[in-house]
Amino acid sequence: MEPFRTLTALAAPLDRANVDTDQIIPKQFLKRIERTGYGEFLFFDWRKTASGEQDPSFVVNDPRYNDAKILVAGKNFGCGSSREHAAWALSDFGFRCVIAPTFADIFFSNAGKNGIVLVRLPEEQVETLLQNAQTIPGYQLMVSLEEQIVSDARGFKASFDFDPFRKFCLIEGLDDIGLTLRHAAALDAFEAKHNEAGWLTAKNN
Amino acid sequence: MSSEPKTLFEKVWEQHVVVEPQGEPTLLYIDLQLVHEVTSPQAFEGLRLAGRRVRRPDRTIATVDHNVPTTIEGRLNIVDQIAATQIATLRKNCADFGVELYDVNSREQGIVHVIGPELGITKPGMTIVCGDSHTSTHGAFGALAFGIGTSEVEHVLATQTLPQSKPKTFRIAVEGKLPHGVTAKDIILAIIGQIGTDGATGCVIEYAGSAIRALSMEGRMTICNMSIEAGARAGMIAPDATTFAYLKGRRFCPKGAEWEKAVAEWSKLPSDPGAKFDRELVIDATKLVPYVSWGTSPGMVAPVTDKVPDPAAAPTEQERKGLERALEYMGLKAGTPLKEVAVDRVFIGSCTNSRIEDLRAAARICAGHKVSARVSAMVVPGSQAVKAQAEKEGLDVIFKEAGFDWREPGCSMCLGMNPDILSPGERCASTSNRNFEGRQGRGGRTHLVSPEMAAAAAIAGHFVDIRTWNVNEEVAV
Repeated sequence: MEPFRTLTALAAPLDRANVDTDQIIPKQFLKRIERTGYGEFLFFDWRKTASGEQDPSFVVNDPRYNDAKILVAGKNFGCGSSREHAAWALSDFGFRCVIAPTFADIFFSNAGKNGIVLVRLPEEQVETLLQNAQTIPGYQLMVSLEEQIVSDARGFKASFDFDPFRKFCLIEGLDDIGLTLRHAAALDAFEAKHNEAGWLTAKNN
Repeated sequence: MSSEPKTLFEKVWEQHVVVEPQGEPTLLYIDLQLVHEVTSPQAFEGLRLAGRRVRRPDRTIATVDHNVPTTIEGRLNIVDQIAATQIATLRKNCADFGVELYDVNSREQGIVHVIGPELGITKPGMTIVCGDSHTSTHGAFGALAFGIGTSEVEHVLATQTLPQSKPKTFRIAVEGKLPHGVTAKDIILAIIGQIGTDGATGCVIEYAGSAIRALSMEGRMTICNMSIEAGARAGMIAPDATTFAYLKGRRFCPKGAEWEKAVAEWSKLPSDPGAKFDRELVIDATKLVPYVSWGTSPGMVAPVTDKVPDPAAAPTEQERKGLERALEYMGLKAGTPLKEVAVDRVFIGSCTNSRIEDLRAAARICAGHKVSARVSAMVVPGSQAVKAQAEKEGLDVIFKEAGFDWREPGCSMCLGMNPDILSPGERCASTSNRNFEGRQGRGGRTHLVSPEMAAAAAIAGHFVDIRTWNVNEEVAV
């Protein structure tokens, strides 16, 4: 996983609440067995008009936001299906950070495992960032995970909460399985005892 | 002696704590992982690349459900080569790593959240995960069951554990007797409508109260299934006599003295009197009605007797924009009575409502009637076992005589990963769990309802208030 410390990048506004993972990556792309190559399918249905052509007005098609690495969105971003393909698609497309008032739990976990930093800011501050990203050409944000601060060149500055352990993993780019295996002895001991609980066995007989 | 009264969730959580490292999430032991073709290939590939094995194949069960066709011909020759490759990949992965697979043609095959309980693999007090958000279904048995992403699937395959931060607890008590025609599906739609699709984010819900106690296991599964639609990490219901009666004698449940011991252990799980929850909500079951979703989020629901809401009445600008967008997508005008909304398709199935009780309820409504000429309707049983039982009871005949398609088991049109999809603009009464844009096919319009409401909509060609339906008792099973 690519470490994340500080990111200064163009911000793209997606002024919608409850963006579900079916919209982030529609089901027809979940049949692939690879972990990469989902970027071109990001927001697939929203990127096209009813007649199937690219809709230039949709944020990720809009040339103004070509190099955006930060997505600003409404509350409850990433709700619905557990598909990690949503995180893969955002990351593959180039997004390293999403800023929203709230995120759904499973998406939150999936994003962290793919080096995407999810920043929770109060609704009014997100509204300000959405407005700025829509109206100010080349609007950039700086996200410092180390300091837990989002800022811009015009004086916007907001701090955000972040789980210390998740922060450590993101900054170091650590793999979860490796971290868990530090506890191998504790796991072996727990499991030996737990195996005796027949009422928690998957297949009795 | 135990000191503080504990909740069901806390008891299950505490029995699975492997280690609580300072400043890190708890490492939680996982009793069972369910695996399917869509969210597992990259996880197995990760194991291969790292030279890891599956730590506990005996705690891992796989089946194919998400992308399998639901016609016999379709299953014999899967035309979609990408889907066929995904299924073949699961076969190879299960063979290479020693995981038992209930394949397309096995008699155990079915939707992962239907077969776990019916085989008696799902048990009270377990921790259960699956790369599918509707894993919350298994909480109906008093298990802690939640959906995970593919990186976590790989983590559990490798270590049989997951690092987890402890969620908050949310008790929702549904009290009183459900009125005639009002079902478990209506309870959960009402809850989501009230608290919103992020109303339980970060929480494990415990459903309690007399209306929950009175439900069958099928009904309880329907409710826990849609916990994720309220944003919850999981939903749980305390195990009781109904739970034990459902499990007793099932294939992978303990037998004889072991069964008695298991029941004694499971009986310790219900929340202690006086246990503290972070949040509580009480719902009056006697006031509930049949619901229909009208928008593109499961929180957008209304009583069937209501009208499509007016965005102008929304409290905030962002909500107004959201409602306008939803109505535009759904092709609905504010103020239209929901009972006047005509449907083109009806889907009875999915991990929410494809169990035998759901099919019995829908068949009772259809008996002696014909599907409206404007409607194309299908029933997709949740598993081979459900299908066989329904055929034994003659439900398939009732459905077929009414004009329904009777299909092979799978997730089918709940998410349209297989050939069962809506065409753009088509409107569907569906017993599934999500009405997101494009969920059942690009441009498709989904209305979430109970199996009874879906069956009645198929017959009438539009939504009807099921409370006024006259069951044809002479032909109903």
